Amino acid sequence: MSEPEDMAQEIRQTTPYDERLLLAQRTDSEINQAVLQPMLQTGKGFWVLVTGLSLIVAWGVYAWSYLIYWGIGVTGKNRPVYWTLFITTFVFWVGISHAGTMISAVLRLLKADWRRPITRGAEAMTAFALMMAGLYPLIHLGRVWKFYWMVPYPNNRLMWPNFQSPLMWDMVAIFTYLIGSSLYLYLALIPDMAMARDHTGSWRFKLYRVLALGWRGTEGEWHKLHRALGIFSVAIIPIFLSVHSIVSWDFAVTIQPRWHSTIFAPYFVIGAVYSGLSALASILVVVRRGMRLQEFLRAEHFDSLGKLVMVAGMAWVYFWFAGFIVEWYGNEPVVRELIREEVSGHLAPFFYLQMSANLIPIALLVFKRVRTTPALLLATTLLVNVGMFTERALIVIGSLQRNDLPFNWGNYRPTWVEISIVAMTFAGFALLYTLFSRIIPFVPVWEIKEGRLRYTMRRIGRLLVPTAAEID
Amino acid sequence: MATDANLSVENDRRWVLVVDLDRCTGCQACVVACHAENNIPVVGEKQAAYGRWMHWIIIQRYWEGEYPNVKARFMPVMCQQCTEAPCEPVCPVFATYHNAEGLNAQIYNRCIGTRFCGSACPYKVRTYNWFRPEFPEPLIEQLNPDVTVRTRGIMEKCTFCIQRIRRAEIDSQAEGRILADGEIQPACVQTCPTSALVFGDLGDPDSRASQLARSHRSFRLLPELGTDPGVIYLKGGETNV
Repeated sequence: MSEPEDMAQEIRQTTPYDERLLLAQRTDSEINQAVLQPMLQTGKGFWVLVTGLSLIVAWGVYAWSYLIYWGIGVTGKNRPVYWTLFITTFVFWVGISHAGTMISAVLRLLKADWRRPITRGAEAMTAFALMMAGLYPLIHLGRVWKFYWMVPYPNNRLMWPNFQSPLMWDMVAIFTYLIGSSLYLYLALIPDMAMARDHTGSWRFKLYRVLALGWRGTEGEWHKLHRALGIFSVAIIPIFLSVHSIVSWDFAVTIQPRWHSTIFAPYFVIGAVYSGLSALASILVVVRRGMRLQEFLRAEHFDSLGKLVMVAGMAWVYFWFAGFIVEWYGNEPVVRELIREEVSGHLAPFFYLQMSANLIPIALLVFKRVRTTPALLLATTLLVNVGMFTERALIVIGSLQRNDLPFNWGNYRPTWVEISIVAMTFAGFALLYTLFSRIIPFVPVWEIKEGRLRYTMRRIGRLLVPTAAEID
Repeated sequence: MATDANLSVENDRRWVLVVDLDRCTGCQACVVACHAENNIPVVGEKQAAYGRWMHWIIIQRYWEGEYPNVKARFMPVMCQQCTEAPCEPVCPVFATYHNAEGLNAQIYNRCIGTRFCGSACPYKVRTYNWFRPEFPEPLIEQLNPDVTVRTRGIMEKCTFCIQRIRRAEIDSQAEGRILADGEIQPACVQTCPTSALVFGDLGDPDSRASQLARSHRSFRLLPELGTDPGVIYLKGGETNV
């Protein structure tokens, strides 16, 4: 028996050892294969999934064309409810995109080790969710063919967009975040592209060779990569905070009752983190099963993620309450009417759905069994996002239904066009994510190997001692 | 009067519309006149019932009291032409902006239809072209050539009949005379059978609108929002029953 196997045997015998040591027994090439194999083997289920999602996307594209051809009237909007499901879903997707950076950048800076296998999934989620969010400012335009008038391009009439408009801030913030998070995703991808290049053939080899940028893994290259990631991790945090703050100002800078609130920016940010982390947990559970990554995404990762979701949820409740109590206590006529609608009026079903779907998961996540059982965690985190979507709908649609002059009050009913387009972005997100997981190693192999170096069994005399090293 | 009569119509006027609620009978003649003057499409019963009417003037009707002692109160609400307009800063493409005479101008051809102005407006007086506008025969024959016909996906609203303001200004300038008070009449003012509406320059202390604005009955809509509207209401009493 060779030395490592011998040691592995001994570890198994002398369990319970820390979960972190599980990968210590695997060789580098075994890890490579474990990550690459699910990418190369695509079963029937994969193609059924891709076809199904593509059909939903195609239907949504048809609905969008229908909307462009006939006008915004085919949606359920009216006066005063000028913004509805499109803006709601826009806010939702921007929220989802927040967890990627939260996990990657913040946890990277904090040197939280459990982040290693899930960073890539989180960063990809950020990029794709932002792409879906970015569609809505286009979809909701009355004349989408003139969208470029919002872009500050030089023109001979000196017509500039209005930088006082929160929609312009939005555009700047979202483009900045999309570019930043894509670069961040790509930077951490380079060593894995090189690994994939060295283990694949045909078109994949050509693709990975281009994407790997000639990475060879020299000491200098690693040094530069770590430096770049360090800089990016710090630089992207202000962007991540600013994006959802700016989205919240779309509402908060107007004088619409219930929108005009100073707490909206932090409230939206914390809601985004809550919803984004939950979405990440849901996705990881699904991908783990679909791609057989049980070895990399283990109970300890879900445990930590579940705790994070729970903390974010508690913070969300605090911010929600801090906003609500002031509105309730202030007792301004329109706000009072809106609160009455929520608590006992026609918005009540949505309000109680929102509150229960946001509060129950926090209570459930207290239990370790919920955090570490994939099915339970999936159900819990999906519930959170049902709640968060409803919350955004209540803020956007609910508030607009009432305003200062009672004669202008109105109600809103969604139409098939709006629902199809919302479904399109959900399916589009899932489709992009599914295709991504077959082309890009879902688990950041180099980060795992690096983390594995931290925790090793070392033999000191007769003793086997688990050791931890200090590395970034 | 214009600061340089030869070069510009820019000046320090403040156009206001005075609405006397004591005189308003809620007859909607102003609404019809406005439709005819400004090429406003008629959307039909079904769309109107869903809150998609396109009247630039909305006769708001409120019931007061319990049956059988019920009173109906009417309040015509059109774009308030705010000095501090909430709709203006939010437009990403400057389709709505403040012109030199203190009016909220709307450039239809610049509008891309974000509807942000509509959400921001506390009076909800902006109307949106949900579909391609239709002018069935014979309405198509009487479109006003001075006003753009808007397409779908565009926000529009009361302009104080800016085409009439401009025509009167240019005519008076061409004839080398001073614009007289009452010479400009928006379509609603011209049509109102009870003369409930008075249009004029608040900058001229002797204009009829200025005099009415100083009435003890005058108030502005939602003054607590600080929008400083250009529509001045005169409080209605018992006649408005």
